[in-house]
Amino acid sequence: MAHQEIIFAGFGGQGILSMGKFLAYAGLDEGLNVSWFPSYGPEMRGGTSNCSVIIDEDPIGSPLVVDASTVVVMNRPSLDKFESHVVPGGLLIIDSDLVNREPERTDIDIIKIPAQTAAEEVGSKKIANMVLLGALVERTKIVPMEALLHALKAHGKEQFYELNKKALEKGAEYARK
Amino acid sequence: MAVIFERTKGLLDVPTHYCPGCTHGVIHRLVAESLEELGVLDRATGVAPVGCSVLAYDYFSCDMHEAAHGRAPAVATGIKRAIPDSIVFTYQGDGDLAAIGTAEIVHAAARGERITTIFVNNCIYGMTGGQMAPTTLPGQVTETSPYGRDVNTAGHPIRVAEMISTLDGAVYVERVSVDSVPNILKAKKAIKKAFEIQMQGLGFTLIEVLSTCPTNWGLAPVEALKWLRENMIPYYPLGVKKDATTGEVK
Amino acid sequence: MAEKILMKGNEAIGEAAIHAGCQCFFGYPITPQTEVAAYMARKMPKIGRVFLQAESEVAAINMVYGAAGSGVRVLTSSSSPGISLKAEGISYIAGAELPCVIINIVRGGPGLGGIQPAQSDYLQATKGCGHGDYKMVVFAPASVQEMVDLVQEGFDVADMYRTPVMVMGDGMLGQMMEPVEFKERQGRQLPSKDWATTGLRGKREKHNVINSLFLKPEELEEHNRKLQAKYREIENNEVKYEMYNCEGEVDIVIAAYGITSRICKNAVKMLEKEGIKVGLIRPITLWPFPSKAFEEMCGKTKHGFISVELSEGQMIEDVALAVNGRAPIHFYGRSGGMVPTPAEIANKIKAIVGGAK
Ligand SMILES: Cc1ncc(C[n+]2csc(CCOP(=O)(O)OP(=O)(O)O)c2C)c(N)n1
Ligand code: SF4
Repeated sequence: MAHQEIIFAGFGGQGILSMGKFLAYAGLDEGLNVSWFPSYGPEMRGGTSNCSVIIDEDPIGSPLVVDASTVVVMNRPSLDKFESHVVPGGLLIIDSDLVNREPERTDIDIIKIPAQTAAEEVGSKKIANMVLLGALVERTKIVPMEALLHALKAHGKEQFYELNKKALEKGAEYARK
Repeated sequence: MAVIFERTKGLLDVPTHYCPGCTHGVIHRLVAESLEELGVLDRATGVAPVGCSVLAYDYFSCDMHEAAHGRAPAVATGIKRAIPDSIVFTYQGDGDLAAIGTAEIVHAAARGERITTIFVNNCIYGMTGGQMAPTTLPGQVTETSPYGRDVNTAGHPIRVAEMISTLDGAVYVERVSVDSVPNILKAKKAIKKAFEIQMQGLGFTLIEVLSTCPTNWGLAPVEALKWLRENMIPYYPLGVKKDATTGEVK
Repeated sequence: MAEKILMKGNEAIGEAAIHAGCQCFFGYPITPQTEVAAYMARKMPKIGRVFLQAESEVAAINMVYGAAGSGVRVLTSSSSPGISLKAEGISYIAGAELPCVIINIVRGGPGLGGIQPAQSDYLQATKGCGHGDYKMVVFAPASVQEMVDLVQEGFDVADMYRTPVMVMGDGMLGQMMEPVEFKERQGRQLPSKDWATTGLRGKREKHNVINSLFLKPEELEEHNRKLQAKYREIENNEVKYEMYNCEGEVDIVIAAYGITSRICKNAVKMLEKEGIKVGLIRPITLWPFPSKAFEEMCGKTKHGFISVELSEGQMIEDVALAVNGRAPIHFYGRSGGMVPTPAEIANKIKAIVGGAK
């Protein structure tokens, strides 16, 4: 797809910023325009963290995503804050292990994934972010899965590659369900 | 923290933005309680710094000013000179007081301004995300001393309490810590004493408080208290550095 | 060709300066530019260059004064409140005719303001900053790549004219990551720094003095006139701007720089679909200001110009000077860290030109 605006949100330490980075790298490798913009300032100390990623065939305007084609949330405050930012017909991906309420929107596509559980099955809870990212790429086809794997290989830590790959595939399975 | 404090009227009943385990909150309480117990809350004006405690103006119930980074002692001077019976205090971090604000603190002390400075030393710049402070210990890793503070290029830490105590205008200077219950009680006594001396119009008072920054030290709250005890106290010895009311100079 | 990598604006600034041969970095932490200092703290010692965290912005800019006077390429970086403190030093640097590059990653003001992106230091940067009759070249990049290019160019322009150069971004450009490439650059032919205080070392007869004091009025005036002549030369040679969608007749022309120009381009595209033709002039040098581009468009725009800024209206003063009453001028701005959406800008323009055609 030619133009996608994504918000990743959760707690610091969940790999929110790196999810966005890997996706941006995959877009870059595909020859697309990409931008990545994190929340910054003291609010980060409060523990919440989010980033905006834009992937576009055309030059990118503001890197701050307001109307998101996809929102990925890894905690309840993030769902509360960003549910309304999904454009009608857009996609909301929720880590249902960590978010204890149902989304209210009915005009969007919603994927709920017990990402902590799924990640633990693959090897470690720490890669729950990759499970969610796998689902995002599978459902939106924003970049080919190969491009994402290539980005992981090139810019991620070597020793986590196989594990991350499994997590991405696990997420993709959820998205196909 | 194991100590149960009664709510003090010196603080507003609002949640603070401090990180879990940060001791800024404890120090706020000690200042607020002291003002309340001395019955001066309604004629106190505090000056908040630029640092993590920038929002202290939302927490203290007395009147508050917000100063530019490092300038709190100058602002406090203006307040005190304008309304001499005010009880005026500055609350400053180590970047604020010992880096950008060194001129202001030295001269406020040298002039013997009848104000009280609460100097919170946590060996780091908290607010901006963990850069080296003038008080950062030798070898300590921070965002701007990524290979550990090298005293050959980044210089040596400044012992503020000792430095200020050399100035004739400073009448009471003590370094305290809030890492344990006994130390918190001592810190309270010191802060209260400083305000009493201000009320007597004797001169400048400064209490340096060793404090934690679990977030930027990368430690859990309890480990941070331990780090303070094991690393900061040996470098920054606690105790009264100067008490001109008794003629004591250490 | 160099490989494209993703880099944060602030880190890209540091890397660009290193590529440009910057020998010394002096700074002081402040959000949202602290990553520049953190990057330099990691990199400079590894390549035998200088990183030093000063005790304040006042000290940092004076360290710059010393290093620049000693003939090395030197960088400092800050954000709005810190730039106010550097103003004194910048005036001395301009007065003593020293080259250096100063980064301002602007946040909302006045006073402590906030830490989110803004463009409210335009007047401070372009109208002097400190005291006295001087100018500073101000570059306004609109992407991380352009930030890299202009930091490198900035060192050349600084050396060429012995002048401080400011590269002014905002919190967004500093914090965002975009692909960048460190291309081989065609450097300029630069004058030698025979004025630098390197020590006589048996090579010179006469001592060099770095100074901005001229006690005799006639001498200070002469010095000021020399500076002005230099500024005219910069105005003639160094203006940079982009004209977008400005061919033929347009309904209105947007003036926007930096990150705002990108948002405006999206608004231009939205309006195009509704049959409204909007041109855009993007000043890349804020001083010298690209007045000619505005003059050129005066006869070609039906509804004049609109200055779109992350401020309550600062660049609009230069737009007004350039247009000089020949066309109406409008304004749309958000401030305090608020960033407009393309739709917001498009709506404002529709209101001016009278709805879809
Ligand atoms: C003139 C100026 N320079 C820099 C800053 C950025 N700044 C905000 S807080 C801070 C340091 C705070 O550290 P410290 O005083 O140690 O207090 P802490 O946050 O650790 O409590 C800095 C450098 C600023 N606001 N103004
Ligand atoms: S960053 Fe450090 S000093 Fe600031 S609130 Fe958090 S723990 Fe306290």
